[in-house]
Amino acid sequence: MTHNAVVVGGNRTPFAKAGGPFAQASNHDLLTAALDGLVARFGLAGERIGEVAAGAVLKHPKDFNLTREAVLSSALSPATPACDLQQACGTGLETTIYIANKIRLGQIESGIAGGVDSTSDAPITVSDPLRRTLLKANSARSAMDRIKPFASVRPSHLKPQAPSVTEPRTGLSMGEHQALTTERWGISREEQDELAAASHHHLAAAWDDGFFDDLVTPYLRVAGDAILRADTSVEKLAKLRPAFGGEHGTMTAGNSTALSDGAATALLASEEWAAAHHMPVLAKVVDAEVAAVDHPGGDDLLLGPVAAAGRMLERQGLTLDDFDLIEIHEAFASTVLTTLKAWDDEDYCRGLGLDGKLGTIDRARLNVTGSSLAVGHPFAATGARIVPTLAKLLHQRGAGSKGLISMCAAGGQGVVAILEAV
Amino acid sequence: MGALEKAFYSPVGKAVSAKAGLKEPPRLRRGRTWPDGPIVLASIGGGDLASRTMRLLGRATEEPVVDEGESAPGYGSRIGALVVDATAATRIDQLEELRALLRPAVRAIERSGRIVVLARPAAGDWEAQAVARALDGINRTVGKELRGGATATLLEVAPDAGPGDLVSTLGFVLQGRSAFVDGQRWHVDAANQAQDPLAERPLDGRTIVVTGAARGIGAAIARTLARDGARIVAIDIPPAGEALAAVANEVGGTALQLDITAADAGLRIASHVAQRGERIHGIVHNAGITRDKMLVNTDAQRWASVLEVNLAAQMRINEVLLDPATAGGIEDGGRVIGIASTSGLAGNKGQTNYAASKAGVAGLVAAMAPDLAARAITVNAVAPGFIETEMTGRIPFVQREVFRRSNSLSQGGRPEDVAETIGYLLDPSSQGVTGQVIRVCGQNLVGA
Ligand SMILES: NC(=O)c1ccc[n+]([C@@H]2O[C@H](COP(=O)([O-])OP(=O)(O)OC[C@H]3O[C@@H](n4cnc5c(N)ncnc54)[C@H](O)[C@@H]3O)[C@@H](O)[C@H]2O)c1
Repeated sequence: MTHNAVVVGGNRTPFAKAGGPFAQASNHDLLTAALDGLVARFGLAGERIGEVAAGAVLKHPKDFNLTREAVLSSALSPATPACDLQQACGTGLETTIYIANKIRLGQIESGIAGGVDSTSDAPITVSDPLRRTLLKANSARSAMDRIKPFASVRPSHLKPQAPSVTEPRTGLSMGEHQALTTERWGISREEQDELAAASHHHLAAAWDDGFFDDLVTPYLRVAGDAILRADTSVEKLAKLRPAFGGEHGTMTAGNSTALSDGAATALLASEEWAAAHHMPVLAKVVDAEVAAVDHPGGDDLLLGPVAAAGRMLERQGLTLDDFDLIEIHEAFASTVLTTLKAWDDEDYCRGLGLDGKLGTIDRARLNVTGSSLAVGHPFAATGARIVPTLAKLLHQRGAGSKGLISMCAAGGQGVVAILEAV
Repeated sequence: MGALEKAFYSPVGKAVSAKAGLKEPPRLRRGRTWPDGPIVLASIGGGDLASRTMRLLGRATEEPVVDEGESAPGYGSRIGALVVDATAATRIDQLEELRALLRPAVRAIERSGRIVVLARPAAGDWEAQAVARALDGINRTVGKELRGGATATLLEVAPDAGPGDLVSTLGFVLQGRSAFVDGQRWHVDAANQAQDPLAERPLDGRTIVVTGAARGIGAAIARTLARDGARIVAIDIPPAGEALAAVANEVGGTALQLDITAADAGLRIASHVAQRGERIHGIVHNAGITRDKMLVNTDAQRWASVLEVNLAAQMRINEVLLDPATAGGIEDGGRVIGIASTSGLAGNKGQTNYAASKAGVAGLVAAMAPDLAARAITVNAVAPGFIETEMTGRIPFVQREVFRRSNSLSQGGRPEDVAETIGYLLDPSSQGVTGQVIRVCGQNLVGA
């Protein structure tokens, strides 16, 4: 028995820069707040939901059961089960796919997909030499033996290690990887700054319209996305110094996402459950795909979504022209721009095993209410931000409108999905 | 708390202020609680509406002690309430009968006890109309003389109203729910209500919209109405969303982040309700703002924002929700509640804009009530006096302490006191109460 899995709505906290207004909030706090706002919006207090799936990229060991603990702190029924999933920056979309698939199979009738990240509250670990010393001291028998190992500790060992978003196999940060891609694909600084400015302007307009009034609940007195710069411009962005790719690099803090704090959730259900509970139905989850590239072998780290989108469209018999709206996660402005270029590159697409290039899109359909450059990018939360946003936009355009989501993720992976308004 | 405020509430400060005559205010009986002592029932001229209503309330009553002789007789122990049916009182000599009932009762009334007089609206010959007004004077004065949190209430009941029409009103007045309603008079019309007892959860399964529900009086309204069974749609401006969500989740309702001044506010509310397959039983227009300045400093902007939020927005919303064609609108037999203010009714320095908006609300409900009577929709307002909230918490301490004490109960009211009065008006069996403004002010010294 199969069902339609539909997006009922969503809720997220505003997103803010790491070390900003949410600096004291943990992943647990943020995710609980996002859940509680969702519960309030849809009157779910005390309700048992089929399952909640969420995750965080940067997790404390104590957060081993993050989502379930957040459910217990929330206003949901404590009989609501939960699990943690993680797919790097694609987490919030991967949890949506997981919940949607269970709904489609009839294993659950309702579910919440989410994601959270607090780069402010990232786990700080000790260096390997210090860890070995501590272990040795711990297992020593005499007091003297216990002290001895510390003689070998050097000041450098005491430096706490903040988590890095470095690819373990290449030693390069994500920005450094993307800088190589940017150069290889010949993406100009101007294009990147234009895309970044558009992201801010679109997001600002959407806030002004009240578009987010039923998608965001304020948190810790922050009512709107704190990274948003409504008054930014290509001229202002052009003044920023390169952050990646050396002194002639084109990637700046303005056209790269900032480390962010925030949480997002999406309420999904079978159409039957939504009707029985008098819930709105925005869009159904049509299909999804995950792909990966061989970045240690030299592939572009963040172009995983190209193969994912290509395979999914071929399976669905759809082309890019069939989509009213397209959401490409703005990890960096140049990620979006290289993705668009790659979609339109016959050789590249054939090289991925696709029948041919995907083609071009009308830029007026891209990230129409802004994306990660302006909103911010709390890693695991972004997918669960995009899903309800796109579902609402499609619903406004009318039944049958289709939307494509494309998200790059660490490890050379890409997660994509199709929503269609009902 | 400022230094002055801290000193005032310190043990030394309390001792000093007690010497100066500032007593600890009485603790009021609240909630769905009845008086402890017996309820004494009396009639002047043989009216029996009070006794029939008391039977419907299921409360036993006792005979009154009457002051007829030389030495004033006493009750011997505390009484909980005195209910006098004066519906047949039309002559000046009948007022003496009331005095003879009140004198022993006022002396014996317990803390948070109740003196309730039932009368007819002014009608008949000159003497009868003078007597009707005299009762009002008596009620106001008794309210001021009573101590220990006891209150006085005058209910003007239409001649053809039956016990079913009065039960929710008399129940409200006798219970702790009316704790901060003192010295007031309002009308109960005939509405042909079935003779049902007082409901414990009169709003069971009914959808009630509360604006400004994120905090203060609005949050208390949401809680109190949810206790009475209502499904709450809690509305506040988007920036107040976090507190709003907490209130909605606490009462098991839904949160709608919405600025009531938005042009499409009425439609947004209706579609939220319609989506859930419901219609609105009642809407409580609680959201309100102050922008205080003396008139000489009040510019057009300050003027407009207050009138917009406190008056114009609710009129626009009502228009949409009262259209029978609106899915998710107000059902027939529904309720519209406005929040006026004693400052609006009495006037208050520095609040011309606010007074305009709040007196406007009083005018609005009076105007709407007759027009909606055919659909059995009642329209009423409550006028809070000094209520302890964040809004009044910003008033400087000394001024605040003066406001607090300048009423017959010598204290500020609580948000729940306003909420309980609203709950009473929303009760389906309060059908005979419409076009009224009930002050929840502890009989504030200022005001109508
Ligand atoms: N506190 C008192 O002593 C007192 C006395 C008389 C009357 N009142 C009235 O009672 C009502 C509640 O007062 P309170 O003391 O709880 O005030 P409050 O300021 O604590 O709460 C008012 C709420 O209304 C909301 N609100 C304001 N503008 C809004 C808008 N445009 N759209 C949606 N929501 C909006 C606010 O965000 C706030 O949550 C007000 O109408 C007030 O005028 C209060």
